[in-house]
Amino acid sequence: MAASILRRCWGSLLAQRCRTGDVPVLHNGQTWRRAQAPGSIASGRRAGNSPAGERGVAPWVAVVGLEIHAQISSNSKLFSGSQVQFAAPPNSLVSFFDASLPGTLPALNRRCVEAAVMTGLALNCRINKKSLFDRKHYFYADLPAGYQITQQRLPVAVNGSLSYSLCVGGKKNQMVTRTVRIKQIQLEQDSGKSLHDDTRSQTLIDLNRAGVGLMEVVMEPDMSSGEEAAAAVRELQLILQTLGSSQAIMAEGQLRVDANVSVHHPGEAYGVRTEVKNINSARFLARAIDYEIQRQIKELENGQTVMNETRAFDYKLGCTIPMRDKEGKQDYRFMPEPNLPPLILYDSKSLPANMNHQQVVNIDWIRERLPDLPSVKRVKLVEQYGILPEHSFTLLNEDGLMEFFQNVVRQTQMNPKKVIGWILNDMLCYLKQHNLTVKESPVSSLLLADLLNLLERGAISSSAAKQVFEELWKGEGKTPLQIVKEKKLELIQDQQEFEQICQAVMEGHQEEVMEIKKGNRKVLNKLIGLVQRTTRGRADPVLVKQILEKRLSQ
Amino acid sequence: MLRVSLREISAALKEGQVTPTELCQRCLSFIKATKFLNAYITIAEETALKQAEESEERYRRGQILGDLDGIPVAVKDNFNTAGIETTCASNMLKGYIPPYNATVVQKLLDQGAVLLGKTNLDEFAMGSGSTDGIFGPVRNPWSYSRQYRDKCVQNSHPEKEDSNWLITGGSSGGSAAAVSSFTCFAALGSDTGGSTRNPAAHCGVVGLKPTYGLISRHGLIPLVNSMDVPGILTRCVDDAAIVLGVLAGHDPKDSTTVQDPFKSFELTCFTDASKLCIGIPKEYHAPGLSSETLALWSKAADLFENAGAKVIEVSLPHTRYSVVCYHVLCTSEVASNMARFDGLEYGHRSSMDKSTEVMYAATRREGFNDVVRGRILSGNYFLLKQNYENYFIKAQKVRRLIAKDFVNVFHSGIDVLLTPTTLSDTIPYVEFIKEDNRTRSAQDDIFTQAANMAGLPAITVPTALSEKGLPVGLQFIGRAFQEQQLLTVAKWFEKQVKFPMIQLQGIMDHGHTVSHHQKSAFFS
Repeated sequence: MAASILRRCWGSLLAQRCRTGDVPVLHNGQTWRRAQAPGSIASGRRAGNSPAGERGVAPWVAVVGLEIHAQISSNSKLFSGSQVQFAAPPNSLVSFFDASLPGTLPALNRRCVEAAVMTGLALNCRINKKSLFDRKHYFYADLPAGYQITQQRLPVAVNGSLSYSLCVGGKKNQMVTRTVRIKQIQLEQDSGKSLHDDTRSQTLIDLNRAGVGLMEVVMEPDMSSGEEAAAAVRELQLILQTLGSSQAIMAEGQLRVDANVSVHHPGEAYGVRTEVKNINSARFLARAIDYEIQRQIKELENGQTVMNETRAFDYKLGCTIPMRDKEGKQDYRFMPEPNLPPLILYDSKSLPANMNHQQVVNIDWIRERLPDLPSVKRVKLVEQYGILPEHSFTLLNEDGLMEFFQNVVRQTQMNPKKVIGWILNDMLCYLKQHNLTVKESPVSSLLLADLLNLLERGAISSSAAKQVFEELWKGEGKTPLQIVKEKKLELIQDQQEFEQICQAVMEGHQEEVMEIKKGNRKVLNKLIGLVQRTTRGRADPVLVKQILEKRLSQ
Repeated sequence: MLRVSLREISAALKEGQVTPTELCQRCLSFIKATKFLNAYITIAEETALKQAEESEERYRRGQILGDLDGIPVAVKDNFNTAGIETTCASNMLKGYIPPYNATVVQKLLDQGAVLLGKTNLDEFAMGSGSTDGIFGPVRNPWSYSRQYRDKCVQNSHPEKEDSNWLITGGSSGGSAAAVSSFTCFAALGSDTGGSTRNPAAHCGVVGLKPTYGLISRHGLIPLVNSMDVPGILTRCVDDAAIVLGVLAGHDPKDSTTVQDPFKSFELTCFTDASKLCIGIPKEYHAPGLSSETLALWSKAADLFENAGAKVIEVSLPHTRYSVVCYHVLCTSEVASNMARFDGLEYGHRSSMDKSTEVMYAATRREGFNDVVRGRILSGNYFLLKQNYENYFIKAQKVRRLIAKDFVNVFHSGIDVLLTPTTLSDTIPYVEFIKEDNRTRSAQDDIFTQAANMAGLPAITVPTALSEKGLPVGLQFIGRAFQEQQLLTVAKWFEKQVKFPMIQLQGIMDHGHTVSHHQKSAFFS
């Protein structure tokens, strides 16, 4: 099907964009501080004319709930056989059903159901053995049927929870774990994409995404800051990726976050909430929410009211702006989807004996095959390797870093507690500097392990090891040993050679020798440094000290 | 030759008495001769002849695909036919050529059937007269029958006066007229509230609405998804059984079809009626039921009783809520189903394109007639958040009660229910249009729609001619998925009543008059 082209009113959003000058810019949340009570925010304003001012620094409490759309990782769409693929040519993955040709009917994709059940189990949900599909009606150019098939009344999973951790405290060095309740997980169709061409007043429609399976994860408003929301989303993302139920790549729109935000004074009723839509980047998630919290506080303190509205985050301007509301308040006119019978799931007890296993979804079967979740993996890392909990977070947060670490540990004699330092300080630092993923690293786990083995065996010093690492980063295909040889970085093992060098240094620096002999031990370090310089780091500092001390006492 | 049954023509083809091409050509020329009936919207002459040729080749090689090989059929114009325009008699889909075949159409073609064309209907099947489509009303072939003309027309009007032509009923009026006027041997209709049975009764043919879930709806452009069923129109009950055998069965493209494999059956004549239990629902003795139809109904009951069957009066107490309940459910689903017609992907698109919203509104105003727009409006009203509970949910509950009524009756030992199909025989177009579509639909669906609510199989069998010389049909409603029992009873009844064949004056060129069904033994 060719892309449909039509004109539409698209000016309103542009017209309502705020000018940069009007926008108070937040820098990493530094314009506000946490007050005494967890989750409450001191506004920092002491304006006598504001109602809050009468009570001194009135604390505000923010309430944040999230609705997250995760695209299900599946070969075909939720109700049709069309392929699912990112960045395919426009309208190349559209079945008759996806284009809503009259007379077409939905046929539910089992893989999508399994992904939702898996996710529900991982999020401690109750899985509904019977769930229903509904139609949600609204007119939009990228919604060909005029309705979306979703699960409004009876979703596939309900009443779960998600634990996530974040760093708190002034130096961000204290790790705390919080829990957010999961209200429900529902299966639903994605819409197509509208590409608005403002200059030509046209909208181009791409239906490749139309009908792709989504899991909408609804989180209760148990969070109180952008940071918490970001941590919760990050944990969810890791879980989805671990399960394989969604690739959850935000940049590809596979994970889309809408945030419900309101503020109120403790002990008072919740404030009017706004919905910040389509936050498609992990980087901006916390900023968007924190901006919205601050905006609402500012409005209220200025005697204004917060309107129940939908806002979009403009990442260029760093602020939220009111969205052109889809014709004001929508009535979605929900109705049961008559073309889909109730979705019935089984467990091992309820599974009828004569049922074809290819045609049913068995909850117990899925539960037994759930992989280790990130939280379990972290505990295991801490227990097995003796590393710090925060290190386990970093290992999991970078895709593939945990496996890399484990591979290095497996191939070295070095203590994992020392290995983690190399991984997190050197390796990760280089990756970040060069904007690379773990997979793209020019230093393989084997090479790093070789290097660390040289260090561990005492063949090179740690400063030499850093030089070798730098060489390895160039990716010239040399082994650490080759580099050590070429650059002559190995520690001097020959005792005699060592003694000679030390002797030479002492002879060349008689004044210092005298000082030491007089009792100024500090000068010894200078001599050690000089030996190191002469050997270009090839001397074991402990050995150097021993030799020097022996000779000085002679 | 065109007046024989499907089974007979199938035998004739097998014996080589006629070739598929000959048969197809005869049907096509007869369609042209009866063009004034307005039964067909599209005549697929070229593809039909090609299909007939292919069929002929198969007969030559002795490799026919099945009983339908070479048999000319017609399909209501709300089933998708690949490469053949599918309009739903609406401006919205005028010129729309679907890229795929409805499952039922594909099954007919896979059996070697020859698709003659697409038959006329009310716009999007919304109506009970086949009068409300953009291609104009369908005329009932009985308007031109000797039986009707002899009794009626001569008294008041000169012979050539045409103003008294009769409606077919609807919404599958085109299919009913096509079968009745011998332009095809079987036709597909759709049945949501009686749309197959009502015109079948008015046109003197057999109309079968199978159990919901037995036949795939994939490719049928929906009216009410939870009630729509493809319907079968034939000249006799045996033929309906043959077509049902071809169409029934699970379709992975329609999740509401049942998984159990369908075993096609041949109808046997039962000899012993004594084990049969016929229910007569008293609520179907409704206001507006013509005395003639009532008399026929009770005569039919006697017929069973005299043959030794048990005939028992039963109650379906929630029947009277059926019409209003149907109205809420139907319009709600219509509002939803019609949302896709926005002018973007297919179908009519207005030239008013100031904005997407303006384009939507103009497209839908230009594309739909008043009936469709009216139903969309009421349906959206019922689905509004503030009304949903009071209307839609309530209607669903009532629907459940109506369905339960049937369960109770069948549970008490009733095998088949016998009811009228329509209030009376058909009426002239000029009379029909005195009431609006909504009123007519509510009246005319009264005996038929409950079977749709409950998903049950039902069949109308032409029973006798009225005093005006027009057909009257009676309806049998069976247990879910018990088509074989239902059709067996219907066939026995059909055999007893000997419904007379329509005598079309001056239309049939080939003058051989037939024969065995000429006189009604039942009620003449």
